[in-house]
Amino acid sequence: MTHSFPWLTALICLPLIGAAAVFFVKDSSARLIALAATVVDLLISLPLWWLFDASSSHMQFMESALWISSPSIHYRLGLDGISLPLVLMTTVLMPLCVLISWHSIESRVQSFMAMLLIMEGAMIGVFAALDFVLFYVFWEAMLIPMYLLIGVWGGSNRLYAAMKFFLYTLTGSVLLLVAILVLYFQGGHTFDILQLSQATYSKSLQFWLFLAFFAAFAVKVPMFPLHTWLPDAHVEAPTAGSVILASVLLKMGAYGFVRFSLPMLPDASQSFTPLMVVLSIIAVIYGAYMALAQADLKKLIAYSSVSHMGFVTLGLFMFNIQGIEGAVMQMVNHGITTGGLFLCVGVIYERTHSRRIADNIGLTKPMPRYATFLVIFALSSLGLPGTNSFVGEFMVLIGTFLWSKIATALASLGIILAAAYLLWMVQRVAFGVPAPHMLPKLRDVDMREMVTLVPLVVLIFAIGLFPNPILTRMHPSVEKVIARVLPQAPEQASTVSQIDPFPPTVEDVALTADVTSAEAEGRQP
Amino acid sequence: MTFPVGDLFLILPELLVITAACIVLVLDPVLRPSDKDGLVWLSLGTLAICMGLTASQMRAPVEAFNGLVIIDMYGAFWKLLLYFVTGLTILLSHSYLKEERLYFGEYYGFVLLALAGMMVMVSAADLLTIYLGSELMSLALYVMAGLKRSEPRSLEASAKYFVLGAFSSGILLYGISLLYGATGSTRLPAIATAIAGQSLDDPLLLFATILLAVGFGFKLAVVPFHMWTPDVYEGAPTSVTAFMAVASKAASFGAFLRVFIEGLGGLKANWSAIFLLICLATLVLGNVVALVQTNIKRMLAYSSIAHAGYALIGVVAAGRLENSSGLASVLLYLALYTFMTFGAFAVAAMLRKDGMEGDEIEDFTGLSKRHPVAALLMLIFMVSLAGIPPTAGFIGKFYVFMSAVEAGMPWLAVIALIFAAVSAYYYLRVVMVMYMREPSDATDRAPQLVMSPAFSIVLACTAAGVVIFGIYPNPVVQLAMQAVSTLR
Repeated sequence: MTHSFPWLTALICLPLIGAAAVFFVKDSSARLIALAATVVDLLISLPLWWLFDASSSHMQFMESALWISSPSIHYRLGLDGISLPLVLMTTVLMPLCVLISWHSIESRVQSFMAMLLIMEGAMIGVFAALDFVLFYVFWEAMLIPMYLLIGVWGGSNRLYAAMKFFLYTLTGSVLLLVAILVLYFQGGHTFDILQLSQATYSKSLQFWLFLAFFAAFAVKVPMFPLHTWLPDAHVEAPTAGSVILASVLLKMGAYGFVRFSLPMLPDASQSFTPLMVVLSIIAVIYGAYMALAQADLKKLIAYSSVSHMGFVTLGLFMFNIQGIEGAVMQMVNHGITTGGLFLCVGVIYERTHSRRIADNIGLTKPMPRYATFLVIFALSSLGLPGTNSFVGEFMVLIGTFLWSKIATALASLGIILAAAYLLWMVQRVAFGVPAPHMLPKLRDVDMREMVTLVPLVVLIFAIGLFPNPILTRMHPSVEKVIARVLPQAPEQASTVSQIDPFPPTVEDVALTADVTSAEAEGRQP
Repeated sequence: MTFPVGDLFLILPELLVITAACIVLVLDPVLRPSDKDGLVWLSLGTLAICMGLTASQMRAPVEAFNGLVIIDMYGAFWKLLLYFVTGLTILLSHSYLKEERLYFGEYYGFVLLALAGMMVMVSAADLLTIYLGSELMSLALYVMAGLKRSEPRSLEASAKYFVLGAFSSGILLYGISLLYGATGSTRLPAIATAIAGQSLDDPLLLFATILLAVGFGFKLAVVPFHMWTPDVYEGAPTSVTAFMAVASKAASFGAFLRVFIEGLGGLKANWSAIFLLICLATLVLGNVVALVQTNIKRMLAYSSIAHAGYALIGVVAAGRLENSSGLASVLLYLALYTFMTFGAFAVAAMLRKDGMEGDEIEDFTGLSKRHPVAALLMLIFMVSLAGIPPTAGFIGKFYVFMSAVEAGMPWLAVIALIFAAVSAYYYLRVVMVMYMREPSDATDRAPQLVMSPAFSIVLACTAAGVVIFGIYPNPVVQLAMQAVSTLR
């Protein structure tokens, strides 16, 4: 399906043009330009949702142009059911990031807004790129703006955090570059991601390539032993930086696994599954435990991200419909929910200039609206049925159940712990007695902050109650990935639906299962 | 044998540059100080004419002077690069010398003489012509390095450069004489025919190859022949440092590749192994030692050593590959390296503190507040040197690593890339002090960047090169590929 309008180029270039423009204006106009650019970008991205052909597993909105002739590298973009929700999540979040920084960023506003806009362009580019070199360029181009966002506008320990973030991610991704070059020569002298996903590679080569991919993607996710940059970066980054990091950047690692590792290296992916599952479960439990012990709100959310992203990698390596769809759902949901939590922290930090839980207790009385938002985001984060996170985590757990019951039991621990640390946090922050000297600072959320938070609340319930629009769009693409990893996947999918582990408690999840089984059966001869 | 007068037209660019150099040297004493800007214009004009002449010479190879000189695409590529660098050097020097109160008109004469030497080096088809060119280049550079006569560091740099340079020239000459003994010729094509089918079993050939490698190793400043580089780069006037780090390195690579491909191409497998060791040592030492430098010029010196290591990856790959993609990657790397390194040195040159050069990395503290645009450009140069897209530095590294992988050495690419990540640390430290540190005293004693039109042109050219070729490298890539296609 081709469209005459270059949707994706517009999506990528508009923020970049905006970034160039803000350098030439005053601070107040810089904010307006940044807001306008992100909002228009959102408006451009919305039609894609409806124009997208949900029945197709092919790349859509394709664009292709020769970029470098020797070796032939193309400027090639396209979206499928996996990248579409992620692009939309990005475009939804970016205006909110601009809004939350409206007053909290006072120095070098132009540069700050320019960095946000460059980030947006690069992030959309990463999700849309269909040429491996183009992907890598976008992937790496994000490093410098993010480094500056943390290092220039960050907290007290920002220099350390920024450098740590930079070196961790750079070291991971340079190995990716070598892997890309090796793939070029082994996969038929092309950087086309789709062609490379069709080729077959020897087992030993897959082993090494998987490790190289792992180095790049696992650092970004971040998976268990490589996660230590995350709490530092999250805590020191300004609010918008934390939101971008948690909501979008972490997804890129998981996206890398599902877009590259699984389809290109199916054999290695299978043989590495036990390791990936173990690391994921460690991340789920360890992240949750660490979150329990945090006194700093941002650190708490950072560790909860480690835990939640553990579900994503767990689901991805189950190689069944529920697991991978659940993982992609969880990616989107984590972006929305954790983005919301970080925005909440940003709101309170603007008032009390402290992120410590002990300094921000008892907010319900002085800030009732704020407390409501916080409770909603926290409940969503712990996976309350009816909210978005429930759908993703539940599907991941079902997918895991089919593979190993012990793994499922262990991963479920993470949900219990999530309930513990989030409810405990809510109990203290929302329902304590505020310190008297803090009271004058505690004014409730204003109009701008309402506008920032409400869209996420709407999305939380919309996705929580009606996940099907997203699931149906991603379904063919996910099946394609599974068919690459397990050529016998269709039969497996149907056995899965015959077991039908969906309890009929939540209507819409069952709906999903119906869709899954219906489509799986439909393919049976 | 009659003198081939017609061949003089082929070396017209060289002749023009030498003539201009002589005119500058003669005019300098008779001109009033206020008129000395004319020398700058004269030099730039000469470069512009030469650029046109060389561009018209980009065609099939033609030999001149009985095979002493060859005019081909390969030489033209390097010459165009050298004109560009020399032009930037003259522009930068114009501002820099004024700040340093060095009013030597003959400076421009020496720049042009060095350029003439480099041009001879890259279009020589005979080892002795190469030697001649490299001596002409070196002698001019020795003088230029010691131009700050009141500064002991500058004199030390000059003396050190001279002693080690003369030493390395001796080694080079010894290698040439041994090669002559082994093959009976100093002409590269004749050498190639003589050693066809031979291996390094012949001790004469073995020693000749090693001595040539060592001799060129000094000129390229690769480990373990790099010791002179940090001291010379630090002590020499910064405009001269920039010229040495970029132009002299490019010309040396140009001659070096021609000797080892056209002359010793039959021994590819053997010298490739030698350069593999040198390359690894250069990457490791250059990057690791750069980590602990506090002086920006020393840091950039080690960085330029490390970059020679990256370019050597392409040379190693070229030794193992049948096609010319390895060679093309070296040319491309050095062309792109030019922009970012020259830009970084230019910013370092014009950062002044109390009438002196602010050449400590700490002097960049808070530069983004005082000079946002210059700080942004320095950021771009640093990011590019670290090899992060979308800058020219990434494109250069991409092609070099690609040739390494093509030659079946992905492990070499892995090692080099890990050290590229290491290098990001010291490049980003400059970014960090510029953007993330508050200046301790916000007084007027803080280092200031002295802006001038010429300096702005230098910054604009280099930054534009870094950004444009980072996003759309096709023209340079094509040029580099065409250039190596004429190498035999």
